[in-house]
Amino acid sequence: MSPPGSPRLVDSFSVPKDVLKEFEDLAEEENYDPFAETASKRQIASRQGDYHNRRFERVAVESADAFKAAEDGTEVEGGYKEAMRLSRLEQEEARVHRAIQEKEREDREAGKEKMDLDRTPPAAEMADVAAELEAAQALAESMAGSKRKRRWDEEPDAAPADKTEETAAAPKKRKSRWDAAPADEPAAPAPAAAPVKRSRWDQTPVQQDTPMIPIIMNAPGVMQDDKHNRYLTDEELDLLLPPTGYAIVTAPPGYAPSVAPRRFAASMSTEIGGFQIQESSDAAAVAAAAGLAPELPTEIPGVGALAFFKPEDAQYFAKIMKEEDETELSVDEMKERKIMRLLLKIKNGTPPVRKTALRQITDKARDFGAGPLFDKILPLLMERSLEDQERHLLVKVIDRVLYKLDDLVRPYVHKILVVIEPLLIDEDYYARVEGREIISNLSKAAGLAHMISTMRPDIDHADEYVRNTTARAFSVVASALGIPSLLPFLKAVCRSKKSWQARHTGIRIVQQIAIMMGCAVLPHLRNLVDCIGHGLSDDQQKVRTMTALGLAALAEAAAPYGIESFDNVLKPLWLGIRQHRGKALAAFLKAIGFIIPLMDPEYASYYTKEVTVILIREFGTSDEEMKKIVLKVVQQCAATEGVTGQYIKQDILPDFFKSFWIRRMALDRRNYKQVVETTVELSQKAGVAEICNRVVNELKDEAEPYRKMVMETITKIIATLGASDIDERLEVRLIDGIIFSFQEQTTEDQVMLDGFGTVVNALGIRVKPYLTQIVSTILWRLNNKSAKVRQQAADLTSRLAVVIKQCGEDQLLSKLGLVLFEQLGEEYPDTLGSIIAAEGAIANVVGMTQMNPPVKDLLPRMTPILRNRHEKVQEASINLIGRIADRGAEFVPAREWMRICFELLDLLKAHKKAIRRAAVNSFGYIAKSLGPQDVLSVLLTNLRVQERQSRVCSTVAIAIVAETCGPFTCIPAILNEYRTAELNVRTGCLKALSFVFEYVGPQSAYYADSVVTLLEDALTDRDLVHRQTASTIVKHLALGVAGLGCEDAMMHLMNLVWPNCFETSPHVIGAVMEAIEAMRVTLGPGVLLSYVLQGLFHPARKVREVYWRVYNTLYLGAEDAMVPFYPDVSELSEGPNDYGRHALEVFI
Amino acid sequence: MSSELRYTANTQQENLFARYTGTGHADITKHEWLVHQQRDTLASIAGHAPLLSFLAIADGEAIGRAKFEVTEKMLQPCGPPPLKDED
Repeated sequence: MSPPGSPRLVDSFSVPKDVLKEFEDLAEEENYDPFAETASKRQIASRQGDYHNRRFERVAVESADAFKAAEDGTEVEGGYKEAMRLSRLEQEEARVHRAIQEKEREDREAGKEKMDLDRTPPAAEMADVAAELEAAQALAESMAGSKRKRRWDEEPDAAPADKTEETAAAPKKRKSRWDAAPADEPAAPAPAAAPVKRSRWDQTPVQQDTPMIPIIMNAPGVMQDDKHNRYLTDEELDLLLPPTGYAIVTAPPGYAPSVAPRRFAASMSTEIGGFQIQESSDAAAVAAAAGLAPELPTEIPGVGALAFFKPEDAQYFAKIMKEEDETELSVDEMKERKIMRLLLKIKNGTPPVRKTALRQITDKARDFGAGPLFDKILPLLMERSLEDQERHLLVKVIDRVLYKLDDLVRPYVHKILVVIEPLLIDEDYYARVEGREIISNLSKAAGLAHMISTMRPDIDHADEYVRNTTARAFSVVASALGIPSLLPFLKAVCRSKKSWQARHTGIRIVQQIAIMMGCAVLPHLRNLVDCIGHGLSDDQQKVRTMTALGLAALAEAAAPYGIESFDNVLKPLWLGIRQHRGKALAAFLKAIGFIIPLMDPEYASYYTKEVTVILIREFGTSDEEMKKIVLKVVQQCAATEGVTGQYIKQDILPDFFKSFWIRRMALDRRNYKQVVETTVELSQKAGVAEICNRVVNELKDEAEPYRKMVMETITKIIATLGASDIDERLEVRLIDGIIFSFQEQTTEDQVMLDGFGTVVNALGIRVKPYLTQIVSTILWRLNNKSAKVRQQAADLTSRLAVVIKQCGEDQLLSKLGLVLFEQLGEEYPDTLGSIIAAEGAIANVVGMTQMNPPVKDLLPRMTPILRNRHEKVQEASINLIGRIADRGAEFVPAREWMRICFELLDLLKAHKKAIRRAAVNSFGYIAKSLGPQDVLSVLLTNLRVQERQSRVCSTVAIAIVAETCGPFTCIPAILNEYRTAELNVRTGCLKALSFVFEYVGPQSAYYADSVVTLLEDALTDRDLVHRQTASTIVKHLALGVAGLGCEDAMMHLMNLVWPNCFETSPHVIGAVMEAIEAMRVTLGPGVLLSYVLQGLFHPARKVREVYWRVYNTLYLGAEDAMVPFYPDVSELSEGPNDYGRHALEVFI
Repeated sequence: MSSELRYTANTQQENLFARYTGTGHADITKHEWLVHQQRDTLASIAGHAPLLSFLAIADGEAIGRAKFEVTEKMLQPCGPPPLKDED
């Protein structure tokens, strides 16, 4: 108590007031969501970069099902033609856009000049503009009636009408699909318009009446119907603008709006935007949905409780958010609501809800139809606030539904692709795998022809993003349907004359195929190479670069085979590296780097020499990417057989070291790794001495990362090649450098330690002169202030112990041993663990007799340390103690060992398996030296404890004692202990016995008769676990005594085990079945068959099922051996069926 | 006991068994089972050279002929399958 009057002493501290205040203020702020920040991180869109988010800009078209045509007798090429027209238009648009920008830029530049001169623009310029205008007008007219782009905000019912009209009016002649330019196709009527016969096997039923709305690829956030984005109405304009001075002008006669005028009524009802544009949803639900945003429901009528609900969900699922009279709904509307409910359950529900919903939607997929399903699923997947889990679930839905829908999916292929393709370039591996799976299933369902006609328009799309994802999707199609089927298409695309983009994408498809399929490209290698080979001399640089990358991927996939397939491209490649610079050169070098390892030695050597000149020139490049490629190519060239060490030493090494062994390279992690790898590869040819001589001085460099790079290189080189190449002079410098860098290191990691250990071990006896110096370093560091440094010194001791012993420096070892012994009071567990491990290493090499400190002093010191709870300490000490128990138990009094036995029991509870195993083994060693009685009594007593793990480990230890000291020492004790009335003890005894018989194998034959009574008791016990464990014992026993003449005892046990075959508990029945199978080995299948025959045709199904299961295991185990034992059933023969096995009745 | 064991370990084992020819189940007919037995017997004879030559000598046939006959018999060792009951 504090004296009165003194300031009151508080005995507890709480949060400062101002901090509390801050939180309160935050809470008061309206709409403050503390999780908003983390929520946005879970969202895929907010995590990804601009490139990935370009997927929101994609436009999906409906892929008309060409197979549907035969149904109504007209040639339908609508989908493909439409798509091609659209893509042409987009390209044209992009081109005009670029041209305009270019023009503006030029104008800006020329503007000043023009103003100065103040003259009329030249006639040529005027003519240009006029021509452009004319062309644009022509374009607009040509597409009058057809759509420019599918957007959300256009009137939904216009599209199908147009399409049918058009397809009816102008049935087009078929052209080559690859290069067809639908825009300029003549409107010549097809000859006689004879409907082409098509096979009907995969036709789809005609679509239902409701027109499909093209799905939008924009998220609702940017919707034009959003109240922030929509056009102003006339009323609003009246309010804004002064009443006089303005007049409403009518549109000029030729004006065709690029965006269809909005139906005002519709936009009123979809005030909040979202994906329900095609729905005539009523205002109440929308209002509810809009008002719901702050407090979101977790109970939806007809859905039940959900795990979560987001504001975006309220928009999508507005229709099912309120109660409505189901009798008023049409069938389609009901269906739609049903789908929405299921989707909501899958997306937001708890796992059990999700599971049933997923099963329902899968089962009913064909009833729902492809249209209604994908119209609901796909927009959800394009939602900007989508999270990983949601995406995963929705993708799963698509996968399941696809499987059920099969070819019904055709009209939606492109829409699905637009949504799924982005997954292929996702940074998450599992997303990529999912994407691949979907596309592969999709291509199997839709068929190759349809996939090609759907994806063809995207191949020369103006947007690189689209081309990239399409190429990847094509590679998936190729792997799903086989490369050969896609080859003709690929050949055509790669030779396309229309656009370089098509060629680029075609080559990229081949590259992706190679990356994805690996060595599976080998059978088609020549075709694939020929397919893209000509791209090396393309006039577009991007195509050339991509070709080189494609060849690199093919060569990498084909390695080490297939060089003959690359014959045609060798010349252009090697010419190419002389012609190109920059990115293209990097790609060419990469291709060469992967092709050289495939070559025969003499060719490899020739081509390496050709490329080396360029490589050396590029050593000095400042481009990071180029650097990496150059290093990689050097590594690949050095690894080939034909390149000699002499050549590397003379021509490569000087420049290589000048350019890459500089401090700057050590700073970037990737460069660092690449330089080390390449240098190690070079050393395989050039030799250890050559490389070490060049770098060894850098071990004393002032930059630590650089020293580390040197050390890692030397470590790797010496670990693979040894140290015999190192001469005396180099040896001195090496050891000197290593000691220096070891002492100077500031960040303690493994590199220096490993390096030290590797080099010293490789040098072996040659290190003797330096040992005094090294050991004094260690000793000095063992007393360092920092625990890390002490730990490292101890670790180094463990690594050097063997070498010190080899050098005969026992003095040093005993000195180290003593110092370490004194350090056993270490307080940091990591360091203590290392010190004990080091002491163990010394004890290992010196032997127990010569050990200094003597074992009898060391062990009592270890006993209290065993109580340390740290895993590393436990493991190190149990290893040391086990070693002493194994080799030098006689130096320690028995009393001390007993004490250790009790401590070891605690270690049986350790989490780490290695510790428990070491402890159990130690029991074996101790029992061997002390005699089993005492150890056994400790262990048997331990069977009474509570923890299961401890009991289990005790039983294992008992078994090990039995194995090391002979079963006769243990089995009587176990039999005796089994008489205890305690359940745990009896189970423990049974378990111990089971392990004993498992370990001793055939020796069991001597003990089979002695344990029969115990097993009789256990197998007839009421307790299930007893019978289970006893069955396990029977199994091990039966397998152990097979063929050793214990059939009588085994038959007796079989009779006791057999009635248990009707058990239902999985563990018990498992054990019983295994025992019965073991009996097959011992007693033979004939005996077992006689048991089984009793019940195979039993009237009770339950009995038959069990007996047939046993019969099946029997049959699979000994099919042939059962032939003589089948009963003779010839009397069952009736009519034409003769069941006698007459071949067996023959005798001579 | 854990439900997952009940649903995986044992059922999986049974599915695994069902993949092999010659295994049976609770609803197997007499005919099916006996046909398997016959085929096993014939296969055993064809596969063990001593058994085969024994049979060949007993029948007074060439070994190749005996083997051929044994193999042929495996097709319908007990005659045509009996007609199924109406139910």
